[in-house]
Amino acid sequence: MTVLLDPTSERSPTVRARLPRPARLDGLVIGLLDIAKPRGDVFLDRLEERLTERGIAVKRYKKPTNARTAPLPLQQQIATEVNLVVEGLSD
Amino acid sequence: MTLPQDGLIAVVKRDCPTCVLAAPVLGELARRRGLQVYTQDDPGFPETVPEPIDDTALDISYHLKIEIVPTLIRLENGREVARTYGWDRGEWERLTGLAGLGSGLPESRPGCGAKNIEPGTIERLKVRFNETGLKSRRIELGEDEDEEEAMFARGWSDGLPLVPPTEERVLRMLDGTSRDPQEVIGLVPPALAAATVEKIAINAVMAGCKPEYLPVVLAAVEAVLDEPFAMHGVLATTQFAAPVVVVNGPVRRQIGMNAKGNALGQGNRANSSIGRALQLVIRNIGEGRPQEVDRATLGNPGKLGYCFAEDEEGSCWEPLSVERGVKPGVSAVTVFAGFGLQGVVDQKSRDPESLARSMAESLKAIQSVKLAPACDAILVVCPEHERTFRNAGWSKTRLYEELYQLCEIPGEELVAGAKGIAEGGPASLAGKTVNKFRPGGLLIVRAGGGAGMFSGIIGGWSSGARGSVPVTKEVRP
Repeated sequence: MTVLLDPTSERSPTVRARLPRPARLDGLVIGLLDIAKPRGDVFLDRLEERLTERGIAVKRYKKPTNARTAPLPLQQQIATEVNLVVEGLSD
Repeated sequence: MTLPQDGLIAVVKRDCPTCVLAAPVLGELARRRGLQVYTQDDPGFPETVPEPIDDTALDISYHLKIEIVPTLIRLENGREVARTYGWDRGEWERLTGLAGLGSGLPESRPGCGAKNIEPGTIERLKVRFNETGLKSRRIELGEDEDEEEAMFARGWSDGLPLVPPTEERVLRMLDGTSRDPQEVIGLVPPALAAATVEKIAINAVMAGCKPEYLPVVLAAVEAVLDEPFAMHGVLATTQFAAPVVVVNGPVRRQIGMNAKGNALGQGNRANSSIGRALQLVIRNIGEGRPQEVDRATLGNPGKLGYCFAEDEEGSCWEPLSVERGVKPGVSAVTVFAGFGLQGVVDQKSRDPESLARSMAESLKAIQSVKLAPACDAILVVCPEHERTFRNAGWSKTRLYEELYQLCEIPGEELVAGAKGIAEGGPASLAGKTVNKFRPGGLLIVRAGGGAGMFSGIIGGWSSGARGSVPVTKEVRP
């Protein structure tokens, strides 16, 4: 196991904090990522309906297979097009 | 592995000719006095002793603080009461109380360095026994975590790979200075967090410094944290500024800095890593990061590191540090809040008057031709240009005087709208003469390769009381 010495002022925790959740969804673009598990689309379809009703922009994405991580071009596309992502993890 | 309460012990290694020479004596002492022999490299050595004890892990050697092998020690009631090292018949006889040891051997032979104090090993042993004295927080990486990626992910990098700051590397870095690792050099903006020698050493490791560079890095940190340098402003400005570090004195050659061809470019470890270490200190200790408190519109490539040495040996002029009050022969750094490099190309001037005019015209253009006084500047005079001044007998003082005179600008040219440029000063400048530089705002150093009539200007950020003032600090061991 590698142990490194902290080069910083140590004012932050060593474990990176998660990005803060947005206080509101208004004005944000939300990505819905289907990881290609059965019935994931049912969940995401319903979510899209509810978000769209509230006037929130939604973009849909789909991984080719749940057995592998998303291809890099898809990751980059999502990162440049949306503010946050919701994905259905399992059926 | 425990030591005997009473009796004799010896620490040896096969790789030491004196240990091999003394092996028969060790055997004799084992028979007559029950000597225990700890061996650092070959558990079978010495064959003259029935059961040498394996200390290839060096635990016993470390705790006994062995420096030379062979070392012979006498213990009484668990305490060491006598020690000698190397082979010396008289000393060994006195310590063991036996006469006639090693007949046939020379009277004495010096020993060899012990394995436990070899560079790399001593640090590893200190870490193993948790005796480093280092205070910084330990960051344990996961089994499968890539070291480089882990450091990028934690935001420690300036965009380039870093050397992982392990405890061993930081201990070796701290060997480069005699200063206390917990000494606070200053408070680094914008966080105003304490820069201890240890924290600076960690960043120097990451930057790629060797231990012998550390005193220069410490002096540079001390200099930028001096109040007149205004480090917070230099960091936070939307302009291009970065601390430029000019190194003078014997340390330049001792650590192999480049003052000659491509002095301001890439390719020299000391130049590159010292400047980078300073920037990492500001980033990691001070939390000064681009697009956060660092508001630079464009920045400049020197923000990765901007450090070079003056070519004092090739110069007919006194070094910058001496001009600024440091004794000749004393190493020092001068920090300057500088922009990128602007070239002064003049391949035709052969007399000093023409060359000075040429340089002055370029100097008057920095920041804006419409602004004066604008900022301070470093003029880096290349060898072929310096030769022209040298041959004409111009001292550095003479060149300063001539340049200041040539940088007097008629106020009419500086008024907003003059020359068809909206930038500029108030109409009241008309009829006055304004100098491009405040008194003392021009710094001349000599550096560069032997071929090429190409000097350089490092323009600066706001200067004087309303901006940054260059600061010079001696390099302390």
